[in-house]
Amino acid sequence: MWTIAWKELKSYFGSPMAYIIGAVFLALTGYFFVQSISGSFAEASIRGWLLPSTFVFVLWSPVITMRLFAEEQKLGTLELLLTAPLRDWEVVLGKFLASLGMLIGTLSLTVFYVMLLFWFGQPDGGPLLTGYLGLLLYGAATLAVGLLASSLTGNQIVASVVSFGALLLLTLTDQAAQATTGLSAQVLQELSLTSHFTDFARGILDTNNLMYYVTFTAFILFLTVRTLESRRWR
Amino acid sequence: MIEAQGLTKFFGDFLAINDVNFTVHRGEIVGFLGPNGSGKTTTMRILTGYLSPTSGAAKIAGFDVQTQSLDARKHIGYLPETVPLYTEMTVEDYLAYMGRIRSMDSRRLKRRMDEVIDIVRIGDYRNTHIGKLSKGYRQRVGLAQAVLHEPEVLILDEPTIGIDPIQVVETRHLIRSLGQDHTVILSTHILPEVSAVCQRVLIIHEGEVVAEDTPTNLAERLQGTERIELEVLGPAKEVVSALRAVPGVADVRRQGDGATANHVYLVECRRGADLREQLAKTIVQHGWGLLKLGSVSMSLEEVFLQLTARGEGDK
Ligand SMILES: Nc1ncnc2c1ncn2[C@@H]1O[C@H](COP(=O)(O)OP(=O)(O)OP(=O)(O)O)[C@@H](O)[C@H]1O
Ligand SMILES: [Mg+2]
Repeated sequence: MWTIAWKELKSYFGSPMAYIIGAVFLALTGYFFVQSISGSFAEASIRGWLLPSTFVFVLWSPVITMRLFAEEQKLGTLELLLTAPLRDWEVVLGKFLASLGMLIGTLSLTVFYVMLLFWFGQPDGGPLLTGYLGLLLYGAATLAVGLLASSLTGNQIVASVVSFGALLLLTLTDQAAQATTGLSAQVLQELSLTSHFTDFARGILDTNNLMYYVTFTAFILFLTVRTLESRRWR
Repeated sequence: MIEAQGLTKFFGDFLAINDVNFTVHRGEIVGFLGPNGSGKTTTMRILTGYLSPTSGAAKIAGFDVQTQSLDARKHIGYLPETVPLYTEMTVEDYLAYMGRIRSMDSRRLKRRMDEVIDIVRIGDYRNTHIGKLSKGYRQRVGLAQAVLHEPEVLILDEPTIGIDPIQVVETRHLIRSLGQDHTVILSTHILPEVSAVCQRVLIIHEGEVVAEDTPTNLAERLQGTERIELEVLGPAKEVVSALRAVPGVADVRRQGDGATANHVYLVECRRGADLREQLAKTIVQHGWGLLKLGSVSMSLEEVFLQLTARGEGDK
């Protein structure tokens, strides 16, 4: 598992993709950051910056995860991986950990913004930490979706488009929830990736929300394992 | 070492292999011989755990490939049909990775890497990116990967495909030497290959094992029905009847339209007899001109047809 994770991380850094997409990530979040702190009533917090940043994941995660399984299928190396003495979940988890590593790496670059905040003001530590925890959980969930899409096809482009579409839907359900009322609104609200994020941004650590992201990610990864397994029965 | 019992695999409605049974003993080299689409790859994929059979079971080194999959897989070195390589990795990195996912410790891995690189002779390309290697060299890297962890069982799907003739000889030699301390299954659709490498052959046709024998016995069985092609200058009818009279001849057919004085005849011989000398004598005794004489080897397809036909006849 760690072997796979390590190999995937290394190949991220061996390809220009990681740098390009990392730069795009920083550029976009940087832009949102500047937006959130400029203006006359700006406060020293990352609250205004967090929510728009989650949208960046909708773009970022599909690109990071698209090759993880799709490429193995195209190269035929999946046949080796699935006949090596490894459990299917170890393969999936290894790949997921590698993408998580990329997420943590990229997020740690944004700590620069936080340092700016400390330089110019006195931000509250609590919301900062929960904010970052929220981003991490949110990002992990989107990576899982990307991984599932990648396991479904041998084509990286298809994989990224599918996961982009799925993530877009999962974030848009929040808007849909606000447009509707009653039970359907509540269901949509529960399903939405974004609605569970807002508390984190406010500095509130709710186990409900925490459980939502953990369960969501675990469930999608489980589906990925089943997708791999189902190949044997084709 | 390898046991397959009643392996059957459907892809949807399509029956890819049907009730395949065989046993391979320790240290044996067994060849799967069959035309395209006969189910060789499917059988091997079931043995390696990449596919699950629709019914039937297989054991590798005593472990069931489905219920004790991980234990079974530990004992297998596998070279799939499409050589699975990470093109952006160097040969060394690739082998190191393959060793690590099979949980080899680093000292043993290092020693084995040097050994296998030596065995398949890719020393000059250790640090080359696999994407830049020629097909034959990639095949060798694939082979290196399969033997890296010293598995007891080697499953090689068309190991000599895409390799130049000189290398093919070398690779066969290599496989033979591997057979001394491994149990090997390899697939091929090249008839001479099995005789060069294998101790036993399973002939697969349309998903069924139609024959199982040693290459020598098999060759004999096939030789019995060898055909001889003759080009003779002489009167067609008489030539045919004279050839028919030669003992051991099963059938004579004239080919072509007969517009010229010389004709080509196809002589089917009965089992076990080499009639070339007899036929030549007959022609010469009649004072006809013998322009050409040679045996026509059967195509693989014909071999299968014959074996299938005989198999049905035996029942
Ligand atoms: N994943 C699959 N889905 C559907 N049909 C398949 C699949 N894999 C193989 N088949 C079919 O099963 C049959 C046997 O295929 P297999 O690959 O085992 O043949 P083979 O003996 O290895 O042939 P070749 O010499 O061409 O490699 C073929 O007719 C093939 O079309
Ligand atoms: Mg094949």
